Amino acid sequence: MSIGRDGRDMRILRYRGCSMTAAVVGEVPLATAGPAADRYVDDVIRAFAVAAVFWGIAAFAVGTFIAFQLAFPDLNFGIEYTTFGRLRPLHTSAAVFAFGGSALIGSSLYVVQRTCRAPLFGGAELAWFVFVGYQIFIVLAATGYILGITQGKEYAEPEWYVDLWLTVVWVAYLVCFGGTLLKRREPHIYVANWFYLAFILTIAMLHIVNNLAVPVSLTSSKSYVAWAGVQDAMIQWWYGHNAVGFFLTAGFLGMMYYFIPKAAQRPVYSYRLSIIHFWALIFLYIWAGPHHLHYTALPDWTQTLGMVFSIMLWMPSWGGMINGVMTLNGAWDKLRTDPGLRFSVAAVGFYGMSTFEGPVMSVKAVNALSHYTDWTIGHVHSGALGWVAFISFGMLYYMVPALWNRRLHSKALADWHFWIATLGIVLYITSMWVSGIMQGLMWRAYDEYGFLQYSFIETVAAMHPYYIIRAMGGVLFLTGALIMAYNLWRTIRSAEANALVPTVPTATIAAAE
Amino acid sequence: MKFSHAIIEKNVLLLGILSLITVSIGGLVQIVPLFAVEQTIERVEGVRPYSPLELAGRNIYIREGCYACHSQQIRTFRDEVERYGHYSLAAESMFDHPFQWGSKRTGPDLARVGGKYSNDWQVQHLKDPRALVPESVMPAYQFLAEKPLAFDDIQDHLAANRAVGVPYTDEQIEKARFDLLLQAGALPDADPAELTARYPKAVAGDFDGKAGRVTEMDALVAYLQMLGTLVDFSDLTPDRVRQ
Repeated sequence: MSIGRDGRDMRILRYRGCSMTAAVVGEVPLATAGPAADRYVDDVIRAFAVAAVFWGIAAFAVGTFIAFQLAFPDLNFGIEYTTFGRLRPLHTSAAVFAFGGSALIGSSLYVVQRTCRAPLFGGAELAWFVFVGYQIFIVLAATGYILGITQGKEYAEPEWYVDLWLTVVWVAYLVCFGGTLLKRREPHIYVANWFYLAFILTIAMLHIVNNLAVPVSLTSSKSYVAWAGVQDAMIQWWYGHNAVGFFLTAGFLGMMYYFIPKAAQRPVYSYRLSIIHFWALIFLYIWAGPHHLHYTALPDWTQTLGMVFSIMLWMPSWGGMINGVMTLNGAWDKLRTDPGLRFSVAAVGFYGMSTFEGPVMSVKAVNALSHYTDWTIGHVHSGALGWVAFISFGMLYYMVPALWNRRLHSKALADWHFWIATLGIVLYITSMWVSGIMQGLMWRAYDEYGFLQYSFIETVAAMHPYYIIRAMGGVLFLTGALIMAYNLWRTIRSAEANALVPTVPTATIAAAE
Repeated sequence: MKFSHAIIEKNVLLLGILSLITVSIGGLVQIVPLFAVEQTIERVEGVRPYSPLELAGRNIYIREGCYACHSQQIRTFRDEVERYGHYSLAAESMFDHPFQWGSKRTGPDLARVGGKYSNDWQVQHLKDPRALVPESVMPAYQFLAEKPLAFDDIQDHLAANRAVGVPYTDEQIEKARFDLLLQAGALPDADPAELTARYPKAVAGDFDGKAGRVTEMDALVAYLQMLGTLVDFSDLTPDRVRQ
């Protein structure tokens, strides 16, 4: 592909009611030849797409397996390498950093080139360094967990040498992404890139501060983190909640702001709402961490601040949801015909649901019940499966055919994927609601004589049926992902070139407005 | 001049710097005072750095990801205090690099599990949880009893802890190996008083029932058995922890 500058076939999606060229999503004309310096760097993005599918399946498979371990503990096999304690960080890191990370970095490099009409800064070399470096980070982290190398901080388990390596790769990623923004040929930076940029910068800040540590020696994999006790708890959840806020939210919102308008061929609903959404979201999210530490030894004022900001966070979250969903105005029929778009829009629906549930759970009185229970696990997965994975699937169903210039192999299979995965999520989150709330209530139940009614192990036994239902939900979700992998593989292997998504002339869009 | 967001949208550096400032505020407000305000951690008697064997055990606790299912933070509720003991104080984890408060209770809270069960119970339970608690879903940690504890670099561990603020003395670091072997019951001729002089309330013994061998099981059980035991709550009143 070469980068069209004459705008002959350029499709410009403007914000509704906004005459600025501000927020344009430029479609680029297809061309097979062009000077190398003027061509999009797409091979590396193809690699990221394949990696995202691969790691997604790995993450879902490990997650399903450890879900069965909780129902049937003999599946731990009595071997140190296969215990729940070691596989759990493998699952979370594979889901968040390997699957989510590959989807984010790949899609951001795809989006930034097209919305800036510029090839990647640093060319293919820098982008390939980011790809290979990031995959090395994943493998180093994952093998470490299996062997028992961990910092013991949730979602920040990689040890010091892996953290250092990731820092190098992340700086290269920032240079690649930011440099492309700098040499853009569009006057404005498109809204998707604001979110991607905030994601890259904030994750850098969180990663460095949370992981400051002193290694035992240069040849030892073990280190001691700089922070202790209550301060470490605060810094960890400042990091942990904003891994959710900036990795799993801001980054994927960047995805939403590009792929939904493109697939729907409609302008983003509101330019003003985008601005408010962006600044309010990134300002408020960072305060929400202490809601993970209610009623602990963390000072009360910090807990209250965390709760108040978590509740306020509901507003920009739903502002973003409205902006995403309402973009379909006038194109709702596409939900029937475009399976990728259906994933994206369902994702925004799940996003709305979990960003409502989250503020509710951050209220201290609710958190008193929900904390330490499976309700939290269910909440995380309505976000991780419903929002993060679905928006990524939507992106992949759009981007893979576009990158390989093929027609999607089978819409029917994509439909199957959608409904199987949705059913899997429903089983997952409903079983965790029931088991979580039940366990919370059982812990605090008193009998008529004023004694605790249940021993702890009785509450564990009561979880058993729900753990089976949850694991079945995981099986369904994994099945859906395997169907997607097959479908995308057949798409790539297909001999039939395809003119991508149908191109709508600018005039048609203008008329529609 | 009227402000237009377009100014920010057209300048990468401005967008990046303003974003960075925006995301820094919350963290600065919530985190920095925790280091400056002395009320963050109440003054409590009895809390001390971990003995070398306890520290090695804690590292096994971390290595095995126990925090994924066990919390170490008792909240201020009647049911939790009755089930687990006095609610956790900030001071009790002041030497924890990293903290292990956890976020999930697939298993019970362990903040005060020390002394609740015998060494023998802990060892048998770790080896085969369902032999003692049939409904348990905990993995079996038989292998801990087989693996010799690696402690050649235990001095480096204490030194690294001191580098991040744990007040280990030169003597404690120098004697780390000796203290570890003494606490694990591998030095039958040594005087346990020497250990408790450096680490008050540290309990020496052959934790895993295998004399002469220091296993990972020894270290982990030594750690579990000291959890929550350092502060004497029998004479701790709210007035005494008030600043």
